[in-house]
Amino acid sequence: MRLRARRISLKLMRRSHLFPAMLAAGAVLCSPARAADEIGIVYLGLNTRHHLASTLLDLPPDDPGLKGAQLAVSDTNTTGRFTNQHFSLDVENAPDAASVLAAFGKALAAGRKLFVANLPADILLKLAAAPGAKDSVILDATSSDDRLRQADCRANMLHILPSRAMLADALMQYLVTKSWTRIMLLVGRDPEDALYADAIRHAAEKFQIAVKADRPWTFNAAAQQADTGHYQVNDEVVKATQGTSYDILVVADEADNFGDELAYRTDTPRPVAGTQGLVPTAWSHAMDEYASTQLQTRFHREEGRWMTPQDYGGWLAVRAIGEAATRSASADPAKIISYLHGPNFSMSGYKGPELTFRKWDGQLRQPVLLTTDRSLVSISPQPGFLHQTNDLDSLGYDQPESACHLP
Amino acid sequence: MSLTLRKKSFFASFFSKKEESFFLERKKQRTFTSCCFTLALLAASTPAFAYRIYVSNEKDNTITVLDGATLAIVKTVDVGARPRGIVLSGDGKSLYICTSDADHIEVLDLTSLTVSRILPSNPDPEYMALSHDGKSLYVANEDNSQVSVLDVAQGRIVSEIPVGVEPEGMAVSPDDKTVVCTSETTSMTHFIDVATHTVVASVLVGTRPRFAVFTKDGGQVWVSSEVAGTVAVIDTASHKVLHTIHFNLPEVPTAAIQAVGINLTADGKYAFVDLGPANRVAVIDPKTFEVEKYLLVGQRVWHNAFSPDEKLLYTANGLSNDMSVIDVAALEVTQSVPVGQSPWGVVIGP
Repeated sequence: MRLRARRISLKLMRRSHLFPAMLAAGAVLCSPARAADEIGIVYLGLNTRHHLASTLLDLPPDDPGLKGAQLAVSDTNTTGRFTNQHFSLDVENAPDAASVLAAFGKALAAGRKLFVANLPADILLKLAAAPGAKDSVILDATSSDDRLRQADCRANMLHILPSRAMLADALMQYLVTKSWTRIMLLVGRDPEDALYADAIRHAAEKFQIAVKADRPWTFNAAAQQADTGHYQVNDEVVKATQGTSYDILVVADEADNFGDELAYRTDTPRPVAGTQGLVPTAWSHAMDEYASTQLQTRFHREEGRWMTPQDYGGWLAVRAIGEAATRSASADPAKIISYLHGPNFSMSGYKGPELTFRKWDGQLRQPVLLTTDRSLVSISPQPGFLHQTNDLDSLGYDQPESACHLP
Repeated sequence: MSLTLRKKSFFASFFSKKEESFFLERKKQRTFTSCCFTLALLAASTPAFAYRIYVSNEKDNTITVLDGATLAIVKTVDVGARPRGIVLSGDGKSLYICTSDADHIEVLDLTSLTVSRILPSNPDPEYMALSHDGKSLYVANEDNSQVSVLDVAQGRIVSEIPVGVEPEGMAVSPDDKTVVCTSETTSMTHFIDVATHTVVASVLVGTRPRFAVFTKDGGQVWVSSEVAGTVAVIDTASHKVLHTIHFNLPEVPTAAIQAVGINLTADGKYAFVDLGPANRVAVIDPKTFEVEKYLLVGQRVWHNAFSPDEKLLYTANGLSNDMSVIDVAALEVTQSVPVGQSPWGVVIGP
């Protein structure tokens, strides 16, 4: 700990004595010297609702999403030194939907057009429809709702993280490669769990995986934290998983209410996947391929914790704006937005291929990681799952089946 | 064939113990040539002068030292954590090693094959380039968004130049007036003026630029991009991208085509570009920028180096833990040699 503090102070010292050199570097590029072009991004979030974690081992951070966005501002400003651009992030964290809308309206009135949102679908749709929002861009940094990419898609919104359909497809492709083609589905009680389960069912059909049993999880989630509660949990999991022959148990429990208590307790010995166990995800601290170690250590050094998928979404969203500003050589929001939507946009996401936006629904194409807590198991699309234009489009709703047709 | 090889490696291991092995070997070979036909063949296949091949192994923290003539491993040297970029010193007597996780540069004495000195580097040195007088090392600090300029004789950092995020590729122009650095997350090639230690131009290239090399006349800089899977050829005078080379390999997933190490022959005939997990080295005509051939090598080919006569090219293959040997005239892969774990860089030296 002391070592870390020393390193940071050294770094600051070094930065401060290099400041004249940085100015000089900027000046040479854009003589006569002038102030950097300012590119302001507004971050819209809800104050995190704390919920009791099912395990004390991995307490959720207070600010997932925001810290990733802030790291990307710092990364992008390093680039900006050479393009004479400076990026800033104004953080508007509000307690409820009305306050978010008010903050958004105020920012629009002040001429702001570049927004990064860490918000649920309902609020995102209100933002997209707000007066004056038409020529702005809202980068949805954290949602996974398929409806935002389908019937409820909006021209002024881009989606950064994979949709539930993409996550489910990524898992099902992997099951196909393993020939684990019979699943049991166990679904939690939250509305999000129902959406996740729908995505699994749809993906299973798409990849010819048989759903041998489709069951709700009804056991009281609190029991597991009572003394001797683990006996009850074990009995309940045995009961819930009896009577069907299957290869792998797929769980839909986005809030981590019970999914961690399934493995090793099932009636027949079967692995667990889905929202727990083998998890399809945009990002994981177990990821160390494609130079991701650089991003992981940079984040960990700044925040003292690992980067969550939401942080990764925040990082990608700000980096997307930064990339568009750098490549279009412009600080004009209209030009940045046009570049984001244009055919030349692409960015690196430390997952291998270049990431681009799907024209028809504004979704960022990307590989999906399949990880357990401590290891990267695979990355989808799986080899052999081909697509006529881009293999990444074998994940999620492809253009012909999409309900969204943005111009 | 295998018998011949074994004979050659026996010779190498015998003579390598002596400091004047090079002269002895040649003397003996001349003596034997007059009396023995088999050995005459052997001598004929021995390159013009003896050399060794040095491979940095990122995962087992070693440098593999191989005899250039026999490809036998002379020694596996333990070095600091995560050795990646390696460069031969100006006098050819030592090897500078970026031991990235040890946050410094180690100096391997090539006579004793032991680490004789530690140089400071600032955090996470990944790759470096040496001025042609051998006095200044320009080190890319990947974690720190800067280039450190190291005075080798004094063993201290004399300057720090801020560059983009995740600097990696480094190259010094033939006239020593310019240093280029690629920054991976910033996707730029920075041109640094050596006299003032300032960035005078930053050229946007394909996503995640990894490696840079000047043409022999200094007129162009070739920059490989890992994620874009392209090579940008930049005009040194105007700082404009003259041409972007693409690689078309239908049988390989697009994400696997990652351009990394580049080497150009002195005669201007070929450029060799390592394509990472595509497991191929692309052969390019530097006049037309057309890809002439793809050579299948080991897995995740990262960097390459020529033999002194440029007749052979050696590649470090990170996933198959081996080194491939390419016959430059025939454009064929002739051999693969196991080295350490996760080979990263390869350098030729005495």
